Amino acid sequence: MDTKISTDRLKVFFGKAQVLKEITIAVHRNTITGFMGPSGSGKSTLISVINRMIDFENNVRIEGDAAIDGTSILDGSINPIELRRRVGTVFAVPIPLPRSIFENIAYGPKLKGTTDRTSLHHIVEDSLKKAFLWDEVKDRLSTSALKLSGGQQQRLCLARTLALKPEIILLDEPCSGLDPVSTAKIEDALSELKSEYTIILVSNNTKQIARISDFSAFFYLGELIEYNTTEKVFTTPAESKTEDYIQGKFG
Amino acid sequence: MRINPRIINRLVRMGLNVQAFFTVGILIIIIAIIFFKGFPHMSFAFIFSFPEDMGREGGIFPSIVGTIQLALLSILFATPLGLGTAIFLTEYTRESLFTKLIRFGVESLAGIPSILYGLFGFIFFVIKLKMGWSLLAGVLTMTIMILPTIIRTSEEAIRAVPRQLRIVSYSLSASKWETIKKVVLPAAMPGILTGIMLSIGRAVGETAAIIFTMGSSLRLPLSVMDSGRTMAVHFYILAREGISMEKAYGTAVVLVLSILLINILAYYIMNKAIARYS
Repeated sequence: MDTKISTDRLKVFFGKAQVLKEITIAVHRNTITGFMGPSGSGKSTLISVINRMIDFENNVRIEGDAAIDGTSILDGSINPIELRRRVGTVFAVPIPLPRSIFENIAYGPKLKGTTDRTSLHHIVEDSLKKAFLWDEVKDRLSTSALKLSGGQQQRLCLARTLALKPEIILLDEPCSGLDPVSTAKIEDALSELKSEYTIILVSNNTKQIARISDFSAFFYLGELIEYNTTEKVFTTPAESKTEDYIQGKFG
Repeated sequence: MRINPRIINRLVRMGLNVQAFFTVGILIIIIAIIFFKGFPHMSFAFIFSFPEDMGREGGIFPSIVGTIQLALLSILFATPLGLGTAIFLTEYTRESLFTKLIRFGVESLAGIPSILYGLFGFIFFVIKLKMGWSLLAGVLTMTIMILPTIIRTSEEAIRAVPRQLRIVSYSLSASKWETIKKVVLPAAMPGILTGIMLSIGRAVGETAAIIFTMGSSLRLPLSVMDSGRTMAVHFYILAREGISMEKAYGTAVVLVLSILLINILAYYIMNKAIARYS
């Protein structure tokens, strides 16, 4: 299998606390990989290394390496702004920018220098369609994004990320605050998107991981306990810790 | 003995009502007196004609122009400077001895009585830099005076912008400056505008510092090196020197009306800004 994202003995410290312990993992191209584990397991930290959003935390020390397409992304020569165009992120809480739906989606492309109105319209429509939101908002693109419902806002955030035309999409518990219908819409969108993108889905919801991911990784207290195909992890886990977590014995 | 919380609730509410009415009442009384005394002397000619005989006769046109010139130019100078300082303090520095020092300086500046600014402006701008009593000296002095207000209000407005908005902007490949320009400043705009409005109010109402620096010439200031007189100064001189109480109150009415107009305009702009970005 073709590797898109890899880490090599990646360690992350916040001050004296070590939150990631020698993580070595290879995420495959054009798949959905689920990262699961109880809070404090380090899965979100790992995500923030891949999109370099960890740069905005204070007092961080990183050892080891992380790479996309075999090229290190922790190297000093990497421009994090360029990197974030290749690695899009959707956060747990949908946070629309206080502007119109259209302007939310066009935010990234405009920064990249796309100012031509027709191409922007094209990007906005395309992104909203991919995020399964187009039909619901096509008649009110100029209204404030804050007026959308929570589920719509999260799909807007997904569309906004897609508008960057990234290679990788990271989703950090994107459905934690959503109702089942909205969750299903996001999941449908992701399943469609994986043919074009490499997707990492962080979730506390093991059922969701089981439903839509191809590979599953289980993290616990900063360690990668188990990583395999989702089928394998959920039917015959190698570690008893994984089994306990999936069965809901702790979490 | 325990008093029924509902009774306490009522008493508190009544008390707060009285306090609120008291505050508004004072404002209304002041405005009423000024209007009562000044309105009969208001006329189209009063606003658009030149004063005669030291202000005993004629209108106040030059001082209206002088007031507008002073307020606008001061804001034009102070806003970029103050906003820049606020952005620097909030976005480009971590809390350190240096930022604490700047903040302490800003707060001290805010607490200095205006007459001292006037004295400084007189010694430095008027005498040392040989500007003479001029619009420019007045504007520069006023700029220093309103700078603390603009810095403080802008800083608070910028600080109140949620961190998540910045994080989202960064995640969408924005640089720091792009994030400040496109997300932080628009969101902070209402607060920043409030500071600007407060400052305009201060510039329009100031007398002591203005007499020392801009002088009190009754002519229309046509260049920044001309001396001039704001409405507040005109009012002060008319009343203080017993020239004409009628004209003084007339001036006061125009002054109050223009401050009211500025506030209404500010609310209008603010609501537009809020509507646009939310």
